[in-house]
Amino acid sequence: MVLADPALVGVLGLRMGDNALILGQRLSEWCGHAPVLEEDIATANIALDLIGQASNWLKLAGEVEGGGRSADDLAFLRDAREFTNVLLVEQPDPDFAHTLMRQYLFDSWHAEMLDRLVDSTEARIAEVAAKSAKEAAYHRRRSADLIVRLGDGSEESHARMQAALDALYPFAGELDQPDDCDKALAAAAIAPDLGELAGEVASARTIVFGRAGLSVPTDVPVRSGGKSGLHSEALGYLLAEMQILQRSHPGAKW
Amino acid sequence: MVSKAMQALQCPDIDTVWEWLDAIPDPEIPAVSLVEMGIVRDAQWDCDLLRVVLTPTYSGCPATSVIRLDVENTLRERGIEHIEIKTRLRPAWTTDWISEAGRQKLRAYGIAPPAGAASCAGMMAVGSIDCPRCGSCEVERISEFGSTPCKAHYRCTACLEPFDYFKPI
Repeated sequence: MVLADPALVGVLGLRMGDNALILGQRLSEWCGHAPVLEEDIATANIALDLIGQASNWLKLAGEVEGGGRSADDLAFLRDAREFTNVLLVEQPDPDFAHTLMRQYLFDSWHAEMLDRLVDSTEARIAEVAAKSAKEAAYHRRRSADLIVRLGDGSEESHARMQAALDALYPFAGELDQPDDCDKALAAAAIAPDLGELAGEVASARTIVFGRAGLSVPTDVPVRSGGKSGLHSEALGYLLAEMQILQRSHPGAKW
Repeated sequence: MVSKAMQALQCPDIDTVWEWLDAIPDPEIPAVSLVEMGIVRDAQWDCDLLRVVLTPTYSGCPATSVIRLDVENTLRERGIEHIEIKTRLRPAWTTDWISEAGRQKLRAYGIAPPAGAASCAGMMAVGSIDCPRCGSCEVERISEFGSTPCKAHYRCTACLEPFDYFKPI
């Protein structure tokens, strides 16, 4: 089914918002627990940026929907099946290497995507993207820097980064795979062509992984489904924790 | 009964309103005012309605709602009854909007102000950062993120003091 432009804007807002929200929530789980103080602070700060961006995107999605749902309603009162984030961002953190690798795989796409969305024909999309793009550029610089330092670090750090890349790389492909909505968004110049974007992102990643001494897995299957609401079980646990307050005490405010 | 036109005549002139706004401290960095930070983008009278436009610094800045409240409370305390506060996202806030006075106050407060302009392409090409304590340009970055998302954590290799650097954005 091809949606009309306004509904497409809502889909894009929801997807960008859900990616930022779920990754922001994942990152905030490290608050007070990260391996070193500076990285703990950086991780919490990036989580804050992402949750702020999610708030802007979800507000837009709610306005487009026209049913009176606020950003908070969309964040706290939807079930896993209604979330449209890619599987990558909901993946859990067996160690900090996975956190950093997930972050770089996402940041390297996210910063490029936002740069293109700044030129969207839809003013409300361009507005939120312009605000987020500069923040994402800093996220990408930090995660790329850490991929190189740890990939090209000790034997232990290298092995952990390579294991994280092997585990998470199959999930990165979902960002690049356009579905019918993505194609219609690109045709209306509301969003970029995801295939073209993927080329740019891949070249930048090749340089970073090369400097890090990490081998990019080849011929891996792409794990996808998130955009259409088919998630891994990890999302259920994340939402249970994130939503418990509003679920237990509906409408609670402070 | 006072007519609308009469009320408009009694409205304080806009320069005075800007002075009041310029006295509101940034909740995160109280040494600098909201006007010096470039967060207050516009203030205009529309008859007896004062329209104020704010542009938040970072998407996730927790101070954003406090800032809105501070502006409204300050203006109400000054006797302004009809206030409309709008949030504008685009053009996105940039450190280029921090005034010269604001930059000097940041430095005096111990935060190195953003070096150079923050046009998107050149944002990352960091210019010369001086230690806000001893003025040395021999500094090194410890972490991309400091005490808040808008700052990075640096160390002066001359006086050995750590300091926050306000990132150009």
